[in-house]
Amino acid sequence: MSYIPNTVDDRAVMLSALGLSDVRELFDIIPSSARYPRLQLPPPLSELEALEKFALDAAKNRNSASGPCFAGGGAYDHFIPAVVPYLASRGEFATSYTPYQPEVSQGTLQSMFEYQSMVADLLGMEVVNASHYDGATALAEAVLMSLRVARSNRQRVVCSASVHPMYHKVMQTYVQGMDGITIDFVGDQTAAAGSAMELAAKADEKTACVVIPYPDFFGRIPDLSGVAEAVHAKGALLVIQVNPIMLGAFRSPGSYGADIVVAEGQPLGIPLSFGGPYLGIFACRESLVRRMPGRLVGESVDRQGRRSYVLTLSTREQHIRREKATSNICTNQGLMALRAAIYLAALGRQGLKRVAELCYSRAHYAARRIAEIPGYAVPVLPSGRFFNEFLVRTPRPAAEIIEQLQSENILPGIDMSRFFPDRKNELLVCVTEKQDRQRIDALVSALANAAGRVNS
Amino acid sequence: MKQTEPLIWDYSRRGRSATSVPALDVPEEVIPGDLARPESGEGSLRLPEVSELDLVRHFTRLSQLNFSIDTQFYPLGSCTMKYNPKVNETVAAIEGFGASHPLAPENAVQGSLQVIWELQDALCAIGGFAGVSLQPAAGAHGELAGVLMIRAYHHARGDRNRTRMLIPDSAHGTNPASVAMAGFEAVQIPSDQSGNVDLAALRALCDDRIAGLMITNPNTLGLFEAHIKEVVAAVHDCGGLVYGDGANLNAILGVLRPGDIGIDVMHFNLHKTFSTPHGGGGPGSGPVGAAQPLLPYLPGPVVAKTSTGYSLVEPQNSIGPMKAFFGNFGMILRALTYIRMHGADGLREVAENAVLNANYLKHLLADVFPARYRRSCMHEFVVSGHIGEGVETMDVAKRLLDYGFHAPTVYFPLIVKDAMMIEPTETESRETLEAFAAALHEIAREAHEHPETLHEAPVTTPVSRVDEVRAAKAPVLRYCPEDT
Amino acid sequence: MNFDETVRYMKSHEWIRKDGNLMITGISDYAQDSLGDVVFVELPEIGATFKKGDAFGVVESVKAASDVFMPQSGEIVEVNTQLDDNPALVNESPFGEGWLIKFRPTAPEEWSELMEMVAYKKYTEELEE
Repeated sequence: MSYIPNTVDDRAVMLSALGLSDVRELFDIIPSSARYPRLQLPPPLSELEALEKFALDAAKNRNSASGPCFAGGGAYDHFIPAVVPYLASRGEFATSYTPYQPEVSQGTLQSMFEYQSMVADLLGMEVVNASHYDGATALAEAVLMSLRVARSNRQRVVCSASVHPMYHKVMQTYVQGMDGITIDFVGDQTAAAGSAMELAAKADEKTACVVIPYPDFFGRIPDLSGVAEAVHAKGALLVIQVNPIMLGAFRSPGSYGADIVVAEGQPLGIPLSFGGPYLGIFACRESLVRRMPGRLVGESVDRQGRRSYVLTLSTREQHIRREKATSNICTNQGLMALRAAIYLAALGRQGLKRVAELCYSRAHYAARRIAEIPGYAVPVLPSGRFFNEFLVRTPRPAAEIIEQLQSENILPGIDMSRFFPDRKNELLVCVTEKQDRQRIDALVSALANAAGRVNS
Repeated sequence: MKQTEPLIWDYSRRGRSATSVPALDVPEEVIPGDLARPESGEGSLRLPEVSELDLVRHFTRLSQLNFSIDTQFYPLGSCTMKYNPKVNETVAAIEGFGASHPLAPENAVQGSLQVIWELQDALCAIGGFAGVSLQPAAGAHGELAGVLMIRAYHHARGDRNRTRMLIPDSAHGTNPASVAMAGFEAVQIPSDQSGNVDLAALRALCDDRIAGLMITNPNTLGLFEAHIKEVVAAVHDCGGLVYGDGANLNAILGVLRPGDIGIDVMHFNLHKTFSTPHGGGGPGSGPVGAAQPLLPYLPGPVVAKTSTGYSLVEPQNSIGPMKAFFGNFGMILRALTYIRMHGADGLREVAENAVLNANYLKHLLADVFPARYRRSCMHEFVVSGHIGEGVETMDVAKRLLDYGFHAPTVYFPLIVKDAMMIEPTETESRETLEAFAAALHEIAREAHEHPETLHEAPVTTPVSRVDEVRAAKAPVLRYCPEDT
Repeated sequence: MNFDETVRYMKSHEWIRKDGNLMITGISDYAQDSLGDVVFVELPEIGATFKKGDAFGVVESVKAASDVFMPQSGEIVEVNTQLDDNPALVNESPFGEGWLIKFRPTAPEEWSELMEMVAYKKYTEELEE
């Protein structure tokens, strides 16, 4: 397959104009010993053959398209309304570039401004940027920003131990080049609910920020009242990491006094897609905006006074500030932010609230029913508060239960030993608005059946 | 002339809805009062409530305010705005891929793991590397990974003295920014009169404090480094490693493997070279390839092929993950589709035609916009836009919009005054190149005969010359809906 | 291009003037002209101390962000808070109302190391070539 329109004749005309006889003369400068290697690649496929190949490959993914997915862990199976892919796949959006020429990019710029506005409203925060790669890198950048704001006399980060374990690791990757930075992971990763105030109390005068998830990796909702005051009293910033769907019905992190808020935006109209592309949401207080990384779209007017949108505060960014930039980020997740904007506008305030309520009620229904199965326990019940994810203690290793339920096309959750090797009998279960009562009841029956076997 | 479009809130009315949510079919769990979001007033949610029709009209009309590859020629230098094949979209939308959960057990996602492995393998073949990680989500992300890998390599050998990274003055801004994030000092090397890295200056800086060099080849001037072997040798001789910024790989696909000339680690831009769409700013994907010595440090996990199938593995001394999960899988899938459909010969033809197109366009413009550097260019070339008294590069760029072309990259690289960097790519026809050249000839004539036309440009676009000073002085970064 | 002859200059385009036992510093007309419209100025805390050549702040336009450097060592006594709301003063009156900081010099002998107007003017002409 070739997307090259120029024919042999076109090339002959062009070469002749250049006074060349062979296109290879243009590569004379390439060291001869390395020029024109034989690339070890399979023979080319036509479009038809390519579609057949990838259809076969996709079919090797069991259960993906067929059965209910009760797995969460930072990637959520939410319903995507038809308008989202329909509008986001328009070529004018998908095949345009970063809006450096605002006159011909008002579509991208205005939709990003609307994204910034809607997400600011959702988070209860003043400023939202035009996206990071995902929730993990957004959190890492929040830590870097806090260190930057605090300057060199504060080199410590206090982070809840119940943040997503992959997010922990990404934070550590991001600070490994900076000598003297310590990240203290504090708190409880078991089923007992952790206390955000205890975490806040760990901050001292060397702490740049305190990082608290809301909800945490295990689905638990901490009590955040008074936390901002406690953190600010130590002169540190409060960074809260959230689930955006939950905020349809729950208090915003901004209302709790957060200085920086980050989130994984994948639940907002973006498919699971084996882990990417996703959407890093990043928000902060207006007073911190000049220290914030990432692109920002601002409102202005043009020469004739017409309302226009344009990339702004660009002196923070790498193409101007280079080694002093707030971040090296250039390409972001723009098209995913567009999907989130369309999703939020499609759901609206009522729709998002109802999705959050459905997730909350169905998850609690599922948790109660699973807790009643002999051999299973749901430690967060009865009095712990959670959104739509919860840990389940299983009578057999979770990996075996998952394996067995595959034959019924059900993915019951995530084996916790994947992240915590000692915790083999724990399953993290998530319930979204896509899993109705019937599917939850089927999950409960399947789990009950899976408990019975002594040998697999 | 196209109209501008109101904000989404202008279509919002209480009670309108653009979607339907299923009814509650389980007992209602009441959200505790202290956690519940208020229904109105401070802290309430004020997302717009619109009808589906208005939603569709709004975003459709917004899209029509954009230039895009699907509608206009987009010769942005160093961005490789090639055609985005639609079969890639079909493949990416296959439900078996779209619905695959990244934390499902490995035996349930063998298809997705296979795709990752196949692209790792293909990029090794294309780049001449021993191993590849597809995890970084963008070029700059790959740069950070690569620079951290170089740091880890030196530290593992007990060498903590190497705190400096050499960067040519023509480098993209992400290079020094990535270097700073990794804790290094960015040290600039000048370019010589021919647009190459100044070899003497480089050699003078190479000592035991140098961790390495970041080099883009072909460079941001569109030129192949004439002394690349000597440059690599100078850095290796003092114990440093060479990072390759692969942004301009389109010029050398199938013609040169960077690994073969001593590049130790390099990032690929799937959204440039391998046709994945730019999406108005992203997503991209920035896989990183490593030569043998740096292999253990790759960001993980990566996918390995075993006798029983495909499996996630952590590189031995990985610098750690760059993001959650395994990379921008949707872009990985698109890039693999592209590579599979081209094969080795197809990729080489991409490079040959990209370079031929650039040289032909350069030739067509030689009398009005002479290239800054005389010698053959690779896939892009740089001219000065300052073609007359009182006519700036920005004026030329804005006037091109009136002719229906997106402007080239302007004011980059920084080492060429009033730069305009032009990259046509291989997917543009000779007629398009000639039409673009004709437009620039017309603009050059306008610049001499009535330059005010350029100062007033663009006049055919929905807005013209946005006030960036106002946007930066008193930033308005969101719309605050009225609280009803 | 204006060159104030009552002040001295740095190669990085800051000017410095004696004001009683304090010093005042800003950026030259040449500097503000290169930057373009100034949109934001970042100034240090009162009481902060710097050595000659340290960066004490940043002057930002739409397309550039320039560090500004101490022409002499000193302790910050006052900053020009008018620039919070009206950064354009740096463009309109770089040697006057667009001043950036006032400081108490801790090494007054450093004054003699600075360029006088004629030398600075020549230096800017060389830059233009």
